[in-house]
Amino acid sequence: MSNPSNEGRRSSLLSAITGLGHRVNEALQRLGFAARFFVMVLLYSGQSFRRLHLTIRELYFSGFQSLLIIVVSGLFIGMVLGMQGYETLQRYGSAEALGVLVALSLVRELGPVVAALLFASRAGSSITAEIGLMKATEQLTAMDMMAVNPIARVVAPRFWGGVISMPLLAALFSAAGVFGGYLIGVVFIGVDEGAFWSQMQASVDFRYDICSGIIKSFVFGVAVSLIAVFEGYDAVPTAEGVSSSIKSTVVQSALAILALDFVLTSFMFREA
Amino acid sequence: MSADNLVEIKDLDFAYDDRAILKGISMEIPRGKVVAIMGGSGCGKTTLLRLIGGQLKPSRGEVLVDGLSVPRLRADELYALRRRMGMLFQFGALFTDISVFDNVAYQMREHTSLPEELIRDMVLMKLNAVGLRGAHQLMPAELSGGMARRVALARAISLDPMLIMYDEPFAGLDPISLGVIGQLIRKLNDALGATTIMVTHDIQESLLIVDYIYFMSDGKVVALGTPDEIRASRDPFVHQFVFAQADGPVPFHYPAEPLARDLLGKGA
Repeated sequence: MSNPSNEGRRSSLLSAITGLGHRVNEALQRLGFAARFFVMVLLYSGQSFRRLHLTIRELYFSGFQSLLIIVVSGLFIGMVLGMQGYETLQRYGSAEALGVLVALSLVRELGPVVAALLFASRAGSSITAEIGLMKATEQLTAMDMMAVNPIARVVAPRFWGGVISMPLLAALFSAAGVFGGYLIGVVFIGVDEGAFWSQMQASVDFRYDICSGIIKSFVFGVAVSLIAVFEGYDAVPTAEGVSSSIKSTVVQSALAILALDFVLTSFMFREA
Repeated sequence: MSADNLVEIKDLDFAYDDRAILKGISMEIPRGKVVAIMGGSGCGKTTLLRLIGGQLKPSRGEVLVDGLSVPRLRADELYALRRRMGMLFQFGALFTDISVFDNVAYQMREHTSLPEELIRDMVLMKLNAVGLRGAHQLMPAELSGGMARRVALARAISLDPMLIMYDEPFAGLDPISLGVIGQLIRKLNDALGATTIMVTHDIQESLLIVDYIYFMSDGKVVALGTPDEIRASRDPFVHQFVFAQADGPVPFHYPAEPLARDLLGKGA
């Protein structure tokens, strides 16, 4: 006869393994569903582009309405970079390189990453909430019953609105940041204006730095928009389900942005 | 399929995972008639509507609408069929980001290339039919429950469907709105020459307006007949339903252990 405490330990171990297997299985299934969903969104994009006003409306809601938070945050981050950068650079007597430091940090990293994080919290969460609530109030089902495909009509325009907005917002973020750095460095601290701009112009390469930044923000735009529309579409149609989907959008977007940034940076700036 | 029937359901089974919802249902919905499907909450009525609309696929059996087998249709064929169906959802399911007018115009703009002036006239006529022409500029959030249901009704009939389906059209309405919706369902069906399927548990209102009633319980059809036959029925289920008795063939209690056993512990 086996020891009952051994028996108990074995069964709790077994149930832990079963539980883990169950969770992995569920996660894989959801991933598969997300991949299929992504393909569907791409397939129905043609239909939705034929009604361009739908995508333009989403560009307004997720892009234009995020402008304020993006520009203000960019300005402040640029100003902080200006102060911190000057503080370090002047120790080595190279305060004129402040323009390069501010511009490269923003264009390569902070612009795409911070703009994407802000975009996920500002626009991604509201896209998830909107689609989730439309699902909870049967609006998506009603649309489907009216022979209007909700993926073409609701999901695809929001997805493309986000994908198109993201690089533009990241560029504006960087521009505002450079201006913030200029304000602090040149206007307040008194770094030589000519050196600030000319060094920046000489050291920031359009293809190597700026295009990499644009590619990054495009990838982040695809990731954040896909997560936002998928979480909304897949939300449990209750108040609690929608709120948990919104939370997932913000958390998963942030993790996806940071992980993708690491991968992209390691590919893009190897010879630097 | 008989040409007289718009919808035929034959030996239909449906299950969510392992939980059987519909068990061997057969029904015939004749053209031009208003038919009610009644039964307690959770007996599979709404599921049945979703099967007719092709949103769910049965595990066995056949759903024919106008001679077409709904579960076997391709996506584009199903959408073509749905253009000839109108559905009213339990809480209206109006699009909350657009006005009453745009809600009713939605399908016309999506599926036709009619000029905007013509759409305007058609929308106002549909809204006039439900008595809300004056409310066409309001947003859905500004409507009462009864008004929202009427707008949803105008939207459901916007393309003059051959089949109109209602999911609990009377739920949560005051007596006046309830009577208004009931009369509209009947009048619109006759005026459009459509066929109506109404899922409801409001027996008194339904007996006044329908041509035929199916009673469902536990996923099966348990009784059927015209309103007069239903009123005269001696069937214990129908009797319990028509006279709203708490206990009967549909038990008051959810299945449980005997009370004494639960209260006095497992040893009792």
